[in-house]
Amino acid sequence: MSDATSARMIRKSLDDAPVRVVSARANLRTRLRNLWSRRELLTSLIFSDIRIKYKNSALGIFWSMLSPALTLGIYDLIFSVIIKNGYPNFALYLFSGLIVWNMFMTAVNLATGVIVDRAGLVKKVSFPREILALANVGASVVYFVIQLGVLCIFLLALGHAPAWGYLWLLPISFLALYLLTASVAIVMSAITVYLRDMKHLMEVLLQLWFWLSPVVYSYQHTISARLHEHGLTWVYFLNPITPIMMTFQRIFYVKTTVLSTVPPHPVLHILPNWTASSYLSMNLTLLGIMVLLFLSSLMIFGRLEGNFESEL
Amino acid sequence: MTIVIDVENVSKQFKIHHERSQSLKERLLHPKSGSTEVFDALKGVSFRVSTNETVGILGHNGSGKSTLLKCICGVLQPTSGEIRLRGNLAALLELGAGFQTELSGRDNVYLYGAMLGLSKRHVDAIFDNIVAFSEIEHFIDTQVKFYSSGMYVRLAFAVAVNVDPDILVVDEVLAVGDERFQAKCVDKIRTFQEEGRSILLVTHQADQVRALCDRAIVLDGGLMIANGSVQDSLRIFREHLLEDAVLHDRIGHQADVAIESITTPSGSFDVRSGAAMHFDVNISSHTAYSGNFVMEIFTRGGLLVSRSDSQASPVNLTPGLNQVGVDLAQIPLLDGVYDVNVGVVDHHGTVIAWKEQAASIQVTYNGREGGIVELGASIRQL
Repeated sequence: MSDATSARMIRKSLDDAPVRVVSARANLRTRLRNLWSRRELLTSLIFSDIRIKYKNSALGIFWSMLSPALTLGIYDLIFSVIIKNGYPNFALYLFSGLIVWNMFMTAVNLATGVIVDRAGLVKKVSFPREILALANVGASVVYFVIQLGVLCIFLLALGHAPAWGYLWLLPISFLALYLLTASVAIVMSAITVYLRDMKHLMEVLLQLWFWLSPVVYSYQHTISARLHEHGLTWVYFLNPITPIMMTFQRIFYVKTTVLSTVPPHPVLHILPNWTASSYLSMNLTLLGIMVLLFLSSLMIFGRLEGNFESEL
Repeated sequence: MTIVIDVENVSKQFKIHHERSQSLKERLLHPKSGSTEVFDALKGVSFRVSTNETVGILGHNGSGKSTLLKCICGVLQPTSGEIRLRGNLAALLELGAGFQTELSGRDNVYLYGAMLGLSKRHVDAIFDNIVAFSEIEHFIDTQVKFYSSGMYVRLAFAVAVNVDPDILVVDEVLAVGDERFQAKCVDKIRTFQEEGRSILLVTHQADQVRALCDRAIVLDGGLMIANGSVQDSLRIFREHLLEDAVLHDRIGHQADVAIESITTPSGSFDVRSGAAMHFDVNISSHTAYSGNFVMEIFTRGGLLVSRSDSQASPVNLTPGLNQVGVDLAQIPLLDGVYDVNVGVVDHHGTVIAWKEQAASIQVTYNGREGGIVELGASIRQL
């Protein structure tokens, strides 16, 4: 009896409980607040995603290092050994670009189908749906951190110091990368509900995107002169991955001008010779744009999610 | 009494695509192919639920009850209108919908808890209760994909009811599981009621509403057609069900049968326990019809005391007014008021005419037995 009475006392406190409103469309502020209030769910989903991915594989999470390492080995073999591009320490150059690309690609690939794949959940349990895409992004952040660790070990093994004067740019650049990845992941996850082809189309688009980003080649050395000649430099820099990647390369590859390893050892301009402050202003501008992009992606998602129920 | 659910003028429209084209090719080649129809699943529904109240939502398939529930849980957004909620809500729309089959039971409990909005520390605190309630201690670290469907459902229900919700929303999940588990679920709901929580129960089983709810809402074609006491709502629900059957049933419309009244020779429905009773039921019919007569007796608490054998009570109705006599040799009921429902069913058991709460019998009993029925047990020491 006293139990029931005390329970009633607790229930009475509902007078002061906050009121949640379910209405036609939540505004951006509410969306952000809802996301923030469910951050524990996000963490839960990230780690369950990772656990599921490696559940039945013998090497487990080790694959998140092994598969980029194998990709790295293949590109190194092709471009450095077979094509002989002459970049000294090419593996390091590749690694600094691939680490950025892997984070973006892994998350977008996973997130593109995530709402369709988890339709059962989306139709029956209430939570901010963009968390599903953000969980994929979160998992790829975890892989990113692991790969960053491997990169550090790589640097130590080579006795190669990062550019200390630029290292502080890393968090800004990473934040921009995170917001870009999250925006694309969120929008793609919603669009795929309406157009199931997106999953296949995205695979091709990501391939194209990869070659438009300076991962296996150097923008400065290979194409900057020709782009400049046609006044198309700005088009190349519409790809937000490029400035992020170049910052990473500047930090970890360090050298802007090197001597080719291929005789007669000409001088190669691998990275632009910009100062730290121009890298900073580039990254800050990018970060600003990415914040806007992220907010718009949430709004787009909000518009699209209204009809998920009838499309899934 | 605080209002915990306030549904205000909620409407929901669905776009229904005929000839769905979800491939890019289809959309590019035939941008206008397939017609889109707008379907109103809910039309301006408003009602409120307070603390310490259990409300049933009745309606047949397609009446909009699941849509309404999904809007309340936030799974769907209403097209217009607003729902205001106070306190935390746990929804049992489909047991185990949030489960990841690759993960162990333990991991799923944490994941599902997070989905319902609990912190890890909170789940830690209630974990043992959840496992105990679900009775799957030995398998908690097994991957959920190896669970039997019963284990799956038990674990999901255990999580949902142990999260200490202020509002519990239940959608026909009580229909799953074995009898013992169902009883356990009903027990848990009763405990929740005693604790003053609010429960919203969707079902199309009238018996369940009678047994558990304080109030009931009836939806029909997206409109709320009743919001009141369980008895009133059930009556409206039954009547609408009949109207629908008459509209949709080819055989049904021939027989325009209605229960007009129920009377006793003395005009009084008071009876002594153990005495005999006689009813006269007046049934009007537009055509000749032969079916079966059926009578139900309920306690005021909503418990079915007895339903007459509907297979063996044939009635042959002639056009005009017919009279059916019901003889009860003796009424072994104890003190109380009992409601009588009468109806006519066809040979398949489908209801043709029905009158809910056609009469109320007042039984007086002088003995000391308790309960609803007098068994007259005689006790002697051996």
